[in-house]
Amino acid sequence: MAAPYAKLPGWVDYGLIPLVNLTVAFLVAGLVVLLVGENPLRAAQLLVQGAFGSGDGIGYTLFYATNFIFAGLCVAVAFHCGLFNIGGEGQAYVGGLGVAIVCLAFDSIFPWWINLPLATIMAAIAGALWALIPAWLQATRGSHIVITTIMFNFIAASFMVYLLVGPLKPVSSMAPETRTFAEGAQLPRLDWMLEMFGLTIRSSPLNITFLLALLVSFGVWLLIWRTRLGYEIRTMGFSPTAAKYAGVNQTRIIIVAMLVSGGLAGMMALNPVMGDQTRLQMNFVAGAGFVGIAVALMGRSHPVGIIPAAILFGMLYQGGAELSFEMPTISRDMIVIIQGLVILFAGALEHMFRPTIARLFHMAGGGALRPAAEPGE
Amino acid sequence: MLGFGNFEAWISAIDGTRMAPNAIELTGINKSFGPVRANKDINLAVHKGTIHGIIGENGAGKSTLMSILYGFYQADSGQIEVDGKPVTINTPNDAIAMGIGMVHQHFMLVENFTVLENVMLGAEGAQLISGSIAKARSELKHLEEEYALEVDTEAVIEELPVGLQQRVEILKALYRGAEILILDEPTGVLTPAEADHLFRILKQLKDQGKTIVLITHKLREIMAVTDNVSVMRQGEMVATRKTSETSVEELAELMVGRHVLLRVEKGEAKPGDVKLAVENLTVKDSRGVVMVDNVSFEVRAGEIVGIAGVAGNGQSQMIEAIAGIRRAETGRVLLDGEPIGVTGDADPALLRKRGMAHVPEDRHHMGLVLQFEENENSILGYHADVEYLNGPMLDIEGIRSDARDKIEKYDIRPPNCRLKTANFSGGNQQKIVLAREMEQDPAVLIVGQPTRGVDVGAIEFIHKRIIEMRDAGKAVLLVSVELDEIRSLADRILVMFAGRVVGERGPDATEGELGLLMAGVEGEPTKEAAE
Repeated sequence: MAAPYAKLPGWVDYGLIPLVNLTVAFLVAGLVVLLVGENPLRAAQLLVQGAFGSGDGIGYTLFYATNFIFAGLCVAVAFHCGLFNIGGEGQAYVGGLGVAIVCLAFDSIFPWWINLPLATIMAAIAGALWALIPAWLQATRGSHIVITTIMFNFIAASFMVYLLVGPLKPVSSMAPETRTFAEGAQLPRLDWMLEMFGLTIRSSPLNITFLLALLVSFGVWLLIWRTRLGYEIRTMGFSPTAAKYAGVNQTRIIIVAMLVSGGLAGMMALNPVMGDQTRLQMNFVAGAGFVGIAVALMGRSHPVGIIPAAILFGMLYQGGAELSFEMPTISRDMIVIIQGLVILFAGALEHMFRPTIARLFHMAGGGALRPAAEPGE
Repeated sequence: MLGFGNFEAWISAIDGTRMAPNAIELTGINKSFGPVRANKDINLAVHKGTIHGIIGENGAGKSTLMSILYGFYQADSGQIEVDGKPVTINTPNDAIAMGIGMVHQHFMLVENFTVLENVMLGAEGAQLISGSIAKARSELKHLEEEYALEVDTEAVIEELPVGLQQRVEILKALYRGAEILILDEPTGVLTPAEADHLFRILKQLKDQGKTIVLITHKLREIMAVTDNVSVMRQGEMVATRKTSETSVEELAELMVGRHVLLRVEKGEAKPGDVKLAVENLTVKDSRGVVMVDNVSFEVRAGEIVGIAGVAGNGQSQMIEAIAGIRRAETGRVLLDGEPIGVTGDADPALLRKRGMAHVPEDRHHMGLVLQFEENENSILGYHADVEYLNGPMLDIEGIRSDARDKIEKYDIRPPNCRLKTANFSGGNQQKIVLAREMEQDPAVLIVGQPTRGVDVGAIEFIHKRIIEMRDAGKAVLLVSVELDEIRSLADRILVMFAGRVVGERGPDATEGELGLLMAGVEGEPTKEAAE
């Protein structure tokens, strides 16, 4: 049973190969920058400086990363069950409704530390419910989850527009958004945390949801690798026939995994809605649900990979914004191109360089490697 | 590295065919997959116009070697000569151009194409195929006549029995001008009669000057049909013998590297109460075809009931229905006298709790999750048992130490419960499943194909364990397409054909008798059990 491709050591698999993919993505992006007549090195410098060069930059980078962590976890949990949930965008959007309901109802009654858990629960419920119908259709009717979840993104968008121009809009207002939440529904900023590292903050939207995201990441790890439910999800994802053999109720596990996935997407809404804008606005998700797919792919559906991948995309968002400010020829669309290249090379073409690297690696170090790789004991 | 036996064989070979160059000559072939050396300094000479057998356990490197010869892989070092000329084979197309054809274990046929279309596929010759179809048809007719390989050229593949599908594979190779034919485990899916027919075809091909390389793990086939045989073990070519000068025992010993018992030692069965009763079971497959047709039988405590039959005659669907994985149409299955709801709500998890263990036929897709660590697979199906849980959490430490115990008891190698299951050999994977199911101390054990793709050394161990289960008073239902296995383990043999039990025999039934039943040649009363 010799595997045709031998296993690579972890640091190659999880370190070197993503690094090579990223490098190639940035090289190609550099060519694009060159084409519009700018200096790619300077552009790169501006991008990194914009993302990490100041306290505010770091704050924004981590703020965006918070969204991407939730979105990435959402995609990852579904991946583990063998499902491709690309409805994170819509689930997060509807999750915002859950947040808004709690905030609008209780913002002048409870302090933030009571409203946060309530809003978290409601956001998760709203997101999970939005995933329920596609999940149910997949589990009992075999309707493909990719089709149904993407359609539900459109439905979510229209539904939210209806709510925001109608029932949720204050009577006197002309903007399609809810009223601004009172202080009880405004999450504390994490300026103190950045200042601990000696950074100066003027204004950064980074808020306590970032810490919640880290906590939830740990929770997802526990769920997937340490609970009976996670075991059943993974069994189902790797081998539905083995799941059947093991007596796993397939309908139930598909629905449960999608509920968890949708719930995670829903929780993403906490960050922009309660942490930053303190009101529910249109299109607050702004594509984060789709970035989550790339984040999960890059992070190999593992929280330990998802967090750095999310920070990388946070850097592209924040640094990209700074870059287009400093270099007007590089428009916002150029930044989207660069992000697209990263997704392309790190996600879709993830296996492009693998065979070559594996071959080089074994040619160079195959002999020396043997004792380490032979399972001893 | 070069075995002494090899040298002998060369000498004897030189006596026989002094003049003709070898059809294939491999010298010093090395191939590594990362740290695994799949082939180590392999030398092999296949004489023109002979049938050359290659045997070895799973993972001995047979398939790797043949894949190198057929251009799927490139050797790291070494030389290949075809008809005395050194060649490089980088792709299967190169191999085909040199007159090497391969019949794969799993047929490479397009199911809904006709025989003719399959034979032509990849050798159409032009953008518009209407012209080449006529040409191909006449050429195919010619081939069929020349080698007595009749197949209806217009028949659709999925409607042909496997024996004929295999013939199409052979025709495909011949159509491409193969002079050297490699067959990889060709008899796995055939009845004994079909296998005999295949061997007649192979001999005829040989008489017409073709060279045949036969890869198999069945020693009897080697003895029956080959002229020479090479034995591989752990990536090395350990011996080459003239078939007429060797024996099954010697070959088995060479394969495993130690003496092996080919026949299992077992005492009399002491059947007790009926543990498992199957009554008028009828099962359809997903297309609605009746696969199991009104089958009834009983399994008692302390006996092994063997289900013999050619693969695809309903055995798989039957055991899946009994194990609660597949819904049956009609009928009942009683476990300890209680119905299990095979037509409705049978739940594999619940059946396990009620004392039914199931070693599935397909360990790769059903019995194991190959991407899991070994210890994770050691609880598959039992993961909801309280002993493996702390509330909703898995008791990771408990699971791992439990897995380590089983690894020791079943001699699973390498003894590492954190290793990914895909990295274990076939035999060890099977031991992982057996350990999991047997250590639950079930009352009823259902075993499907316990030694498929398992090496000889592990077969001995697995057979012993199954007999031990019987002697411990368990009811064992054994399904296997290996007739030898059924005959040596079962206390009663039921033969399935086309979804029905067509006969019951005692363990002393002859192979010919069972073979006839397996081929559906009936006309005998179904009950004449030899007590």
